[in-house]
Amino acid sequence: MIVEILISVFLVISGIFGLVGSVGLVKLPDPMMRLHAPTKATTLGVGGALIASLLFFYFVVGRFSYHELMITLFLFLTAPITGHFIAKVHIHRHETRDSLPGTGSDRPWATFESDAERIRAEGHEL
Amino acid sequence: MIRKLLPHPLLTLLLIVAWQMLVNKLTLGNLVLGAILGLVIPILTAPYWPNRPRLRSLPRIVEYILVVLWDIVIANIQVAGIILFKRNASTRPAWINVPLRLHTPEAITVLAGTITMTPGTISSDLSADGHTLLVHCLHAPDPDAIRDQIKSRYERRLMEIFE
Repeated sequence: MIVEILISVFLVISGIFGLVGSVGLVKLPDPMMRLHAPTKATTLGVGGALIASLLFFYFVVGRFSYHELMITLFLFLTAPITGHFIAKVHIHRHETRDSLPGTGSDRPWATFESDAERIRAEGHEL
Repeated sequence: MIRKLLPHPLLTLLLIVAWQMLVNKLTLGNLVLGAILGLVIPILTAPYWPNRPRLRSLPRIVEYILVVLWDIVIANIQVAGIILFKRNASTRPAWINVPLRLHTPEAITVLAGTITMTPGTISSDLSADGHTLLVHCLHAPDPDAIRDQIKSRYERRLMEIFE
């Protein structure tokens, strides 16, 4: 009984954050801000569903399931990489050296540095 | 001899455990298959780990993971509030640059991943010399405060783990 309530609570939390992430995708005005919305859905949204699944298998089915932990691990490994790719595409298409804050050194952000510039700065090929 | 057979003992252990968790059932056959994978993969991938960093202390790693998980929960709620209740005109998105004291590539990767996973901030680029991280914030009325939080909460702990 208590377990069922607990599982339901986690499923509802998961649903709410999934929905908020999707609302954010529609509502926010520019690509970089929209990129913030899916990072919510993958953390608490998926996290809630995984915890609910763990509890269900442990208390209702009666065995411990490791797959949820693996899904969490793989999400934490892959989500930042896709986010980074999308941000990088945005920088290539919509930003210039002057529209971003400075790097604090005389070399630019890595996205903007050409091979020739890198060789000049480091003095050797890769 | 043992170094040649086990170039990366921790990776071997991780692969064996990960394999058992993927199969979700502990049998002798799975254990043997996991052990074969755990032996072969580190040997094949050894050239890709030229100078891997030594990890300092396990308690600090556990502490870091707990801090990040807690921050993810808190920040999720804050960002949900921004998305649902704040008008677009009054959110203040901003790019901020975070000067790094870390210089191990692995440590910078972990920091960048942490920044992306904690909602409201996304790490977007690294300066060509690897000394500054470019971070996009969904709502940053005070960019300096966010920079200070990243440095004191995450970077300081990673310094203790990696360097």
